[in-house]
Amino acid sequence: MNAPLIYALTGAALFVFGVTGLMLQAHLLRKILAFNVMGSGIFLVLVGLAQRTGIPDPVPQAMVLTGIVVAIAATALALALARQLLDQSGEMRLPEEEAGKDKLDV
Amino acid sequence: MFDPIPWLILSPLIWATLAFVQGPGRGGRLAVAGVALQLALAATLAQQIIAGGARVYAVGGWGAPLGIDLAADGLSAVMLLLTQAVALPLAFYARAYFAAHAAPLRYFWPLTGYLLAAMNALFLSADVFNIYVTLELLGLAAVGLVAVAGGAGPVSAAMRYLLATLLGSGAYLLGVALLYGVYGSVSLAALAPLIAADAPTAVSLAAALMLLGLMLKTALFPFHFWLPPAHGNAPAPVSALLSALVIKASFYLILRLWFDLFAPIASVTAAQFLGALGAGAVIWGSLLALRQTHLKMLVAYSTVAQVGYLFLIFPLATGAAAEVAASAWQGGALQAVAHGLAKAAMFAAAGAMIAATGRDEIAGLAGVATRLPLTLFTFVLAGMTIMGLPPSGGFSAKWLLLGAALASGQWWWIVVMLAGGLLSAAYVFKVLRQAFLPAEEAAHFKPLPRTLEWPAFLLALASLLLGLWASEMLNLLGAA
Amino acid sequence: MSLNETLPLLVLASSLLPGLIIFSLPEERHILRSLFNLAGATLKLLLIVYMLWGVLHGEEYVFRYTMLPGLDLLFVADALAMLFVTLSAALWFLTTLYAIGYLENSPHRSRFFGFFSLCVTATVGVAMAGNLFTFFIFYELLTLSTYPLVVHRGTEQAMRAGNVYLTYTLGGGALLLIGTVWLYGLAGQVEFTQGGVLAALGPEYAGQLQIVFFLLIAGLGVKAALVPLHGWLPQAMVAPAPVSALLHAVAVVKAGAFGIMRVVYEVYGVEFAHALSLLLPLAVAASVTIIWGSLRALFQDDLKRRLAFSTISQVSYIALGVALFGPVGTIGGVVHLVHQGIMKITLFFCAGNYAETLGIHKISEMDGVGRRMPWTTVAFTVGAFGMIGVPPLAGFISKWYLGLGALEAQMPWVLAVLLASSLLNAAYFLPILHRAWFRPRTETWPEEHIPMQKGRETAWLLLAPPLITAAATVLAGLFAASAISPLDWAKLIAAREYLRWVP
Repeated sequence: MNAPLIYALTGAALFVFGVTGLMLQAHLLRKILAFNVMGSGIFLVLVGLAQRTGIPDPVPQAMVLTGIVVAIAATALALALARQLLDQSGEMRLPEEEAGKDKLDV
Repeated sequence: MFDPIPWLILSPLIWATLAFVQGPGRGGRLAVAGVALQLALAATLAQQIIAGGARVYAVGGWGAPLGIDLAADGLSAVMLLLTQAVALPLAFYARAYFAAHAAPLRYFWPLTGYLLAAMNALFLSADVFNIYVTLELLGLAAVGLVAVAGGAGPVSAAMRYLLATLLGSGAYLLGVALLYGVYGSVSLAALAPLIAADAPTAVSLAAALMLLGLMLKTALFPFHFWLPPAHGNAPAPVSALLSALVIKASFYLILRLWFDLFAPIASVTAAQFLGALGAGAVIWGSLLALRQTHLKMLVAYSTVAQVGYLFLIFPLATGAAAEVAASAWQGGALQAVAHGLAKAAMFAAAGAMIAATGRDEIAGLAGVATRLPLTLFTFVLAGMTIMGLPPSGGFSAKWLLLGAALASGQWWWIVVMLAGGLLSAAYVFKVLRQAFLPAEEAAHFKPLPRTLEWPAFLLALASLLLGLWASEMLNLLGAA
Repeated sequence: MSLNETLPLLVLASSLLPGLIIFSLPEERHILRSLFNLAGATLKLLLIVYMLWGVLHGEEYVFRYTMLPGLDLLFVADALAMLFVTLSAALWFLTTLYAIGYLENSPHRSRFFGFFSLCVTATVGVAMAGNLFTFFIFYELLTLSTYPLVVHRGTEQAMRAGNVYLTYTLGGGALLLIGTVWLYGLAGQVEFTQGGVLAALGPEYAGQLQIVFFLLIAGLGVKAALVPLHGWLPQAMVAPAPVSALLHAVAVVKAGAFGIMRVVYEVYGVEFAHALSLLLPLAVAASVTIIWGSLRALFQDDLKRRLAFSTISQVSYIALGVALFGPVGTIGGVVHLVHQGIMKITLFFCAGNYAETLGIHKISEMDGVGRRMPWTTVAFTVGAFGMIGVPPLAGFISKWYLGLGALEAQMPWVLAVLLASSLLNAAYFLPILHRAWFRPRTETWPEEHIPMQKGRETAWLLLAPPLITAAATVLAGLFAASAISPLDWAKLIAAREYLRWVP
């Protein structure tokens, strides 16, 4: 097993952890952190897979940099919304889906 | 020759920033002027493409692979035209809509500008990573717009939407990473010839991840859970923008990826599966729309249903004869445009009715036929496209799709389309029926400014006339 | 664009534009509204007279616009189209007059007259459609524009009727749509062509064509109220009388019957339909409808409902005529399109007069009404006798040709159907006439809206239209042999349809 593959597999594992957390955690802060774990996993795959020749490829580096900026913006927005939600409902979690909104047997 | 491509992205960025600096009030006027300019730019681009074929623009003079290329073909031009054509009447509408309350205006115009910039950039992107960036920007601006009015309902809907959209773009980006890992390129033009039927499994995995992510963002059944609260809770102009345009952006990408990039590895089974999800959306979305008691939720579920029709392209066009595939593809594109115009009109009309009656429930609509005839007429015209009744754009789309289904012997999609059509008639007429009832004694109708009624009417009229001008649109669509 | 291309569009515009203008007029501008309405109706009639003369002399009025590649919007004013156009335009003019009188001082008149004009536009579009696709467009528009008229009163009952109406008509529209798309896939653009176009397809398509025929007839049969697709029609009678008169006795049901005519003669071709053995099932369906409608009519006490069931029965005479293989049966079917229209509208006008003048809705309330409203009752009597088929009224001519056609087509059992139907017609119309003329009035009228004035039994605008159509019923029968009668025009159509066939 070579180094790029190890990076990529680690990245994939992080992605899976992140997605699981994003879907299953109820606390919003945990969800936001899970999103960041997921992002890091993707970045690792991106950089890891690309260095097959042994020479670092600059293009994925640039892409990851861009990705990090986007992720920071998204995290900031998510935190701002979570904060507003906390102010208004006093809870750091999403309210349960209103009963019957997506069910036929209302 | 003047090149409209960069200005289509710069214009909304400029006016959005100015609107943010200027603060509420003057932002609206800037936006209207900016969108009008963009409409002219999009029309210019469309003419250039009809005359001279697809265009490529190297940003800053640096072409791919080091620089970023922008590209425009017939499909991009159609989507760009649709975006600006929907945004312009909505800009007028939003000015009237927000005239009453000043608070949400502070962020509405800047966010709308960024949304349009991201969307225009998305339609012009020529590489899968650039698409990711525009997709993410689009998502963030859209989430901001859902929360623009504040309040617990909208904010939690926005949060839900944000998480869904981040998950979607995450899956998409992982797919991009895999593609880059295999081929060392992100350019659509460079990747397309590399992907062949015997591509490694990683490519299929990448394709699946990218499509899944985009399906989540398009709110395809069963990933539609975030859409009704987000579209139903946002202010009417925002709902209109989101339902008409934002989900079309991710659908546009699915179309591009499926037909331009992954065509060699696209299997009939996968196509049938996408079609089945689409069918599920048509039936489930329509049934739920029928069950709603609130007007905007009904319209939002109708979007879930209408998105389903779009996904019938894939089974009809994959593995079929060239003529059938072309008919399905054209039908799907036409449906995307027709639904964009009609749904914007429908949400705008719903917003006007709610503003006038002061109630969001369908039960509160009694008397609308007498007091707001123009707005109800708008709802009917838009409803014709939603129901697929002639001579609307939705009908022409359905005709093409039905023709493709018959020609390829896939009768089960015909059943879905007809059932969907009848169900949509049921929920559209559910609203109309209520509107024809005599007004309650206690009902109080607020007089509406004309700018709250006419833009919606023009949008609905456009969705109807699209049926008569479909040849022109298909002509542009076919320009390569 | 030449004049001949523009004329079909002008005929459409002459009711579409007044309709749109009327929508935007405020409720109280009733004089301006009536002016627009009548100007449109008059203009339409003038255009049609000009075109009739042209069609008779072999002019062609064709307008074509390509909506999608291989999909044209096509209007053709041929002899058959002109028959239906003339009928609807003439009756629209009379019904407009009648409606102005009928709806005096009732609310939402702008909306009513607006949609009314749209309905007429859709009907004229159905009539002039030159291919199946165009026909379908206007067929659906007719559904949409009649819905607001059915629910016009906004009562619970009207809303329910509206639901039933939509369920039937939209369902039928969906069937028609599949049939149409299917045919377009098989044969390209299906343009209405004398003698039909499908015979050119090979025998391997026979099975598919039979299924398509079934889909098309089922779709059209909803509006033509073929049993068992007729359920909406009696319900739709909650609409105001002018709507029942023009739309549910003439425009809507005729759109269905007319469509059946187009499909059999000009899509399949009557010979080819005969060869595919499609005509016999159609004849059976029509016969069942004729008998069933008449039987149900017997047991209705509500006057408009009885007339509705009578419509169901009588409209199927047209389908029956179509199903009789041979030119004589065709003549009977085509001429009945006109005759049934003028007779039934007379009856509905009269029913409206009874309701509007004296508040009479039920047959059991009609005792002695002949003395109070003699002119209306005379018109009603003419219409009823016409329906029964008493010579020399218009209905007799239809039945005569249908009977001869049945013999020609070697389907003598159809004669029994015609006879039974005529007896049933007599059984449900004669008691009404007996009550109206011969029973004495013992109690007061249910609700007298319009009192007797200077010997005038009701308002002029209400009285004139039924008298005119009753007169037309008499004249169409008496002068059936003349050159300008509906019968003569029907013969012209039959001659053209069987052009390639008549030995």
